[in-house]
Amino acid sequence: MPLYLNDEQTMLRESAQQFVSEAAPVSHMRALRDANDATGFSRDLWKQFAEMGFTGILIPEADGGLGLGHVEAGVVLEEIGRNLSPSPFLTTAVAAVAALNGTAQRERWFPGILAGETVAALAIDERAKHGDAIGMKAERSGNGFKLTGAKQFVAHGHVADLLIVAARTAGSPEDHDGVTLFAVSKDAANLTADPQRLADASLAARMTFDGVAVDADAVIGEVDGGRAVLNALLGAGRTGAAAEMLGVGGGAMDMTVQYLKERKQFGVLIGSFQALQHRAAHLYSELEVARAAVLKAQQLLDAGDAKADEAVSVAKAMAGMASTLAVQEGVQMHGGIGMTDEYDIGFYMKRGRVLAELFGDTNYHADALARAAGY
Amino acid sequence: MSDLEQFRAETRAWLEANVPASMREPMRGEGDANWGGRKADYSKNPDQKLYMDRMAERGWTVPDWPKAYGGGGLSAAEAKILREEMARLKCRNPLNSFGISMLGPALLKYGTEEQKLEHLPRIARGEIRWCQGYSEPNAGSDLAGLQTSAVSDGDDYIVNGQKVWTSYADRADWIFCLVRTSKESKQGGISFLLFDMDSPGVSTKPILLISGYSPFCETFFDNVRVPKKNRVHDENKGWDVAKYLLGHEREMISGMGLASPGGNPLIEGAIATIGLDAQSRLADPILRAQLALFEVRSKAFSAMSERFIDQLKAGQAHPAQPSMMKYYGTELNKDRHELIMASGGSDTLEWESERSNGGAKPRAWLRTKANSIEGGTSEVQLNIIAKRILELPS
Ligand SMILES: Cc1cc2nc3c(=O)[nH]c(=O)nc-3n(C[C@H](O)[C@H](O)[C@H](O)COP(=O)(O)OP(=O)(O)OC[C@H]3O[C@@H](n4cnc5c(N)ncnc54)[C@H](O)[C@@H]3O)c2cc1C
Repeated sequence: MPLYLNDEQTMLRESAQQFVSEAAPVSHMRALRDANDATGFSRDLWKQFAEMGFTGILIPEADGGLGLGHVEAGVVLEEIGRNLSPSPFLTTAVAAVAALNGTAQRERWFPGILAGETVAALAIDERAKHGDAIGMKAERSGNGFKLTGAKQFVAHGHVADLLIVAARTAGSPEDHDGVTLFAVSKDAANLTADPQRLADASLAARMTFDGVAVDADAVIGEVDGGRAVLNALLGAGRTGAAAEMLGVGGGAMDMTVQYLKERKQFGVLIGSFQALQHRAAHLYSELEVARAAVLKAQQLLDAGDAKADEAVSVAKAMAGMASTLAVQEGVQMHGGIGMTDEYDIGFYMKRGRVLAELFGDTNYHADALARAAGY
Repeated sequence: MSDLEQFRAETRAWLEANVPASMREPMRGEGDANWGGRKADYSKNPDQKLYMDRMAERGWTVPDWPKAYGGGGLSAAEAKILREEMARLKCRNPLNSFGISMLGPALLKYGTEEQKLEHLPRIARGEIRWCQGYSEPNAGSDLAGLQTSAVSDGDDYIVNGQKVWTSYADRADWIFCLVRTSKESKQGGISFLLFDMDSPGVSTKPILLISGYSPFCETFFDNVRVPKKNRVHDENKGWDVAKYLLGHEREMISGMGLASPGGNPLIEGAIATIGLDAQSRLADPILRAQLALFEVRSKAFSAMSERFIDQLKAGQAHPAQPSMMKYYGTELNKDRHELIMASGGSDTLEWESERSNGGAKPRAWLRTKANSIEGGTSEVQLNIIAKRILELPS
């Protein structure tokens, strides 16, 4: 498969570009923030995503979706990133769908996702840095389980209809096995969400599970066999986050290059200064390399290739480095105006930081590559 | 089985049966590369010649050139399969050649039919080794400022001047050379000539480099007579050819940023000298982190390289994209060799010992420092990206 978008994917990109930039440009996000919106995104917009078919991109045709792949999901995510559009697309239509796909749970949740009514959140992380350890307990109780513990950095956790929760049914936190994934609905008793606004104005919750009772049929996949489901979720989430970061980095770069062509100092356009030209050209190169890495990961995931895990880590790590550079250079090359809230470039810096942290940062993934290579 | 699957199966079988074992090991130093040409010496390893000839016979030294010019006539997909299968068996490059990577593409685009038939098959078979006469003492980054003159004399040009940094001029058979045919315009007064290095009036003098090798030369032209039929493209239009060829040169050099197929000598080397701790991690945590972050870039660049080739074949690459590949790949390769030196410690400092294979590692490390100079410096590539891709103002 050649490493570029085919004709259908290019068409999808054009419609995603148009739709996202019209329905949810940066001003949309700014307005939500200024209104101190308690949901963190627009439910109307989520409906429109469904009308466009986007929420069903990864849902198989047999289940009513479009049956497309991670390349296509990434096309949409890149536009979300470029426009800084607050949306549950990544958690719901990408990560949650990847977890539910092929399991008995899909019949319960896919219709709502397809309709743009259901929002999913991922209760995966228990510490400030993403890691592999899972401490939350799921103990057998009656016909089901009782979940006890705490999760954090749960984007949309306070408003989600569906929570995908990783918990431990056997062993101790550091063990690989003994993990089970659960689909928990939002009205579960003894579940509390403490939503916190993050630097990028999005909302993520700290969630407490104080003996939350779920039925046995809330299990996604197999009891004790949750790593496979979690891997599917994380593979999709990481690749998706990397694609969104390409959008954030690319958006920041485009704004910056445009600014270099408009701003005059010393009587000339600042874009004619070689020191800035070289930095802009270097940034372009980093982003292009990141783009190739992300496309590679998407294609290998879609092909179910054995090398997908490695490619996903490369993509997340590389996109993290490149987008971080893009937002840093973006603010710097804008000078003082780049530090103002009124100007948009700072929003890119904030969103980039959140995405860099999501599902493991560059260091986490570089470390994973090193361990896989035996050092 | 699809046609491509069948092609893969046949290719694999043929390579397994025909590539000599000694050509399936990583090269241990510059000396292991086969550059072909009239002066090639195969006495040390006759397998080199055998392998080259067998590949050339199938057109696989230049798999995607047309068959009429000695190529394999392969489609982009087939050429990719051949590359993959060669990498799988760790096959070396059968022939390293400026003819293949630089002159060939320029002749395919700008050469006359007669020029193509004369030169391309001989390039494909490794019979003629070419060198590149671009740089002059006062025309490096500012290449179009070159002064070597070619004055019309009937059916010939009389060439006078000096070139410098001419890689392997002393071992090359022919030169592709930029000359000035008009002083009226800087870029519009350059012509592109091909001539035999044995022509009367051509002399070369090797220059010793920091690696201890002397792969490049000063090259002098003293009333060298060159037939006009050896001019590629129109008189005073040589700059077009020169730039097109530079794109291919940059593409080739960027390939140096890729890890060699089979194993990971960088990591293996580090583990061998530094060792692993109780958690099976490299015992130097800072070097481990540097290596891991380098590997992220390196693997991402491999994907970029694959994407670039795919885009080129599909006519989707920006014409200035080779500059980005060259810039990124060569800076990466310098980093790789810096890490090889840091990983190997004092073992990598031995310069002459047999154990160090004649100082292969330190010499290769020094050689990579030229990657970001040759074929246009990193700074020049960044200028090109800024102006032509990002369209920043002058
Ligand atoms: C190993 C090797 C092999 C080579 N092989 C060949 C060969 O076979 N044939 C051939 O013709 N040539 C060859 N070259 C020459 C090579 O192309 C030149 O060295 C190169 O183009 C740089 O020119 P220069 O050495 O004159 O450096 P200069 O142009 O003098 O550059 C000096 C420094 O100034 C910087 N600089 C110059 N102009 C600018 C600018 N506009 N903006 C910012 N910075 C600038 C450069 O980046 C560099 O850092 C080879 C060089 C090497 C190192």
